[in-house]
Formats: sequence, structure tokens, C-alpha cells
Amino acid sequence: MASEDSKLISLVEKASEGDRRSVGRLLTLVERGGDSAEQVAEATHTLSGKSHIIGITGAPGAGKSTLTACLARDLAVSEYKPAVLAVDPSSPLTGGAILGDRVRMEEASEAGAFIRSMATRGHAGGLALAVPGMVRVFDAFGFNPIIIETVGVGQVEVDVASAADTVVVVVTSGWGDAVQANKAGLLEIADLFVVNKADRPGASDARRDLELMIDLSQLTGQAVRRPEIVMTTATEGEGLDEFKKAIFEHKELLFEGEQISIRRSKRWKAEVRSRLDYLLSEVAKESIENLEEEKSSSPGAVARKIAKNLLKKDELR
Amino acid sequence: MNKKEDAPIRIVLAKLGLDGHDRGLKVVARMLRDAGMEVVYLGLRQTTEMVVTAVEQEDADAVGISMHNAGHLTLAPRIVKALEDAGLDVPVVVGGIVPESDLEAMSEAGVAGVLGPGSSAEDVATCVREAVAARGE
Repeated sequence: MASEDSKLISLVEKASEGDRRSVGRLLTLVERGGDSAEQVAEATHTLSGKSHIIGITGAPGAGKSTLTACLARDLAVSEYKPAVLAVDPSSPLTGGAILGDRVRMEEASEAGAFIRSMATRGHAGGLALAVPGMVRVFDAFGFNPIIIETVGVGQVEVDVASAADTVVVVVTSGWGDAVQANKAGLLEIADLFVVNKADRPGASDARRDLELMIDLSQLTGQAVRRPEIVMTTATEGEGLDEFKKAIFEHKELLFEGEQISIRRSKRWKAEVRSRLDYLLSEVAKESIENLEEEKSSSPGAVARKIAKNLLKKDELR
Repeated sequence: MNKKEDAPIRIVLAKLGLDGHDRGLKVVARMLRDAGMEVVYLGLRQTTEMVVTAVEQEDADAVGISMHNAGHLTLAPRIVKALEDAGLDVPVVVGGIVPESDLEAMSEAGVAGVLGPGSSAEDVATCVREAVAARGE
């Protein structure tokens, strides 16, 4: 165990000297979870908190990767040191995944952006634990901004992207259908909307629908600030300057006032919550596995009984 | 720090230089995914540097290169050496058209495995798994 510790210390040291391979290694340790992940979290926690975190989400095929790639490239060629965490789904059947985001991020990578692909690995809880930890690794070693890109299907993926300082939701013309199922989730978290593929028919309709929806949420007073809508054709480079400008404007607005600390404390609480959920479910696992079906008791009653017993014990390390 | 056994193998797949036949690579990507691996797909027209960067940032366990342009005797050793120079201890597996008479040279150059046409999904997955396991020892 002592040699494990010293290896970790040397990884952290090298990473702070700018060694990207060590950063890659630390990301793996966090992704895998367990004791090493906890140690990395301890080592990086106090070093982090400086970076602007951007979440980009939206329906499959909306153009998230292309937009992320353009953004990361432009940031890397100017004075920034961006990192991208690109999350793609694992196959539920085999657990494998094809992570194809680097194909579109070639230029960004060559310009110096750090790109890391990540598979959801089936277990939703794992993603919610791993992503904040991986973002913290980037943050601790000076990457700024950090872009999290996820497919906007599934609550966890949406949650992961929305745990950012600036949340971008990408839609295309005809988005109505794609977003129907996730209407509430996706549309309420946006700080900025991008209508991509704006050269296609129906883009202005999409914009109008969004405006209407935003109007409605303003009426009910949910939104803090009216989210901006940017029209882009990412593959042609159209609208990208406006896209970047909108992101930076949102960032300035956040950092000017109280907003940033409100958001981050919310995020901090959410992370404590998902860690607690995880710890508790790990402890409960054994009790559930050893359970024999009691036909006379309802599942709810059994769960309450288990919870009562667990609370008496000191099982958490 | 040992790799945890239950974590999936991460492999970077690429074609180097001006070799436009990526159909085989796409099939292999699918085979490896179905074998439970995480495939970081780089696709066409990659350089040695791009592969090394991807292995570093993705912390990959292996590299798969597909070649159909008879450049394997030049390019495969170059990739192996570039990874070594970068201090990355990952096996390189080559797929595509490699004449039998070149197999020895490939092995001497440090290529961990060669997969020719007609390799089954099972062959491909086993080759990668064995190459990764051999490095882990």
C-alpha cells in the first residue's frame, strides 16, 4: 500500500509539472472508483475550483461533438488550456463502447486541447460519481475551461452536463420530436441554446418554438435569466463566434455576481448527495442479497426494517 | 498501480497516413466493442504523433493499426518506437494485409500481433486480450 501511495504522489507531482500522461492516468484512477479514486479526490480537491466548467448536451446527432471541437480548438489557439470530457454510452449488452469523439476533435487536439473519451459503463451511479472527480483532476492541473459533452438522453447524462457553470443545450430544426420525451429535463437546465444546422429548413421554426417556450417559463418565473439562442452551422463554421461570445458573456455574468457561488454550492451538495447514495447502497447491498422473500411483508416495510437496522450499525469506513 | 481486473480494456484504433480503406477498421471496432472493450476510434489519416497523444490522454491499454497500403514494415515499427520513446508501455496490434514473409520482421520490430483477412471476431478479441495481458505481467 505504501508503494501505491508514493506512486500516486509522484503522479500528482508530475501532473502539476504538466505531464499529460500522468493526468491521463489520474483520470483512469478516478473513473474506476474505489480507494485510489478517493485518494485522487483528496489530492486534487484543494487544488481545484478555479476553472470555468461548460456542459454541452442535446439530442444524438444534433452536433454537440462538432460544436465542442470548434470551441476547444478556438480556445486552444488563443490563450486558453481547454480540456474536453466526451461521454458516450456503453453497450448495455456487452459493456463495450465505441468512443468516436476524437475523430471530430483532431484539430482541437493538435491545437493543444486535452481530450478524454469516457464510456458510461452501464451503471448510472458510477457516472455521477466519476465525472465530477475527473473534472476536478483537470481543474487541479490548470485546464480551463473544462467542457463536458454528453448525449442528452437519460437523466444521469443530463444531470452530469447540467452540473456545469454554463449549460449549453444543442437542438436542431425538428428538435421537437427528439426532445419530447425529455422536454422538462433538457429545456429547463439551459443557460444557452444553440440551434445547430441552421442552414436547414425549419431552423427558424425551431428558434420560434424555443422563444415561445422561454417566454412561458419567464411567465411562471422559473428562469433566473432569459437564456440566449444562437444559430449555428457548425460544419461550415457559421455562428461560432456568436456561440463563443454567448458562452463568455454568460461566464462574466456568473462571475460578476453571486450566481457562481450559488451554483457551486448547489453542485457541491449534489455531489455529496450522490456519494452518500452510493455509500448507503453499497452498505445495503449485502442485506438485500441475503434477503429471503417474505410474502407477508410489503417491500416497503422490509426496506424500512433494513434501514432501521443499518442505522444502528457503524458499517461505513 | 495495477489495472483493476474488471475494468474494460481501452484500445486506440487508427489508420496511418494516406490509406483510405477504413471499412476493416470499422468492423474491428465493432468486434472489440462487442467483446466488451472500449474503443477510442481515431479513424483515417492519423500521424504517429496523433496516436501517441491519444494513448497518453486516453490512458489506453493497447493500440490497433489497420494497414492496407503495404506500409506496414515502415509504419508499424515507427509506431512501436514512438510509443516507447514516449514512455508508453502499450502493445501494438496490426490488422490488414501483411504477407506471411513479413511476419517475422513485424515481430522483431515489437509488434504484438498481426491479424490478417478472415480473422474472426474471436481471433481479434483474443489477440488484443493476450497482447494486453502479456504487458501486464
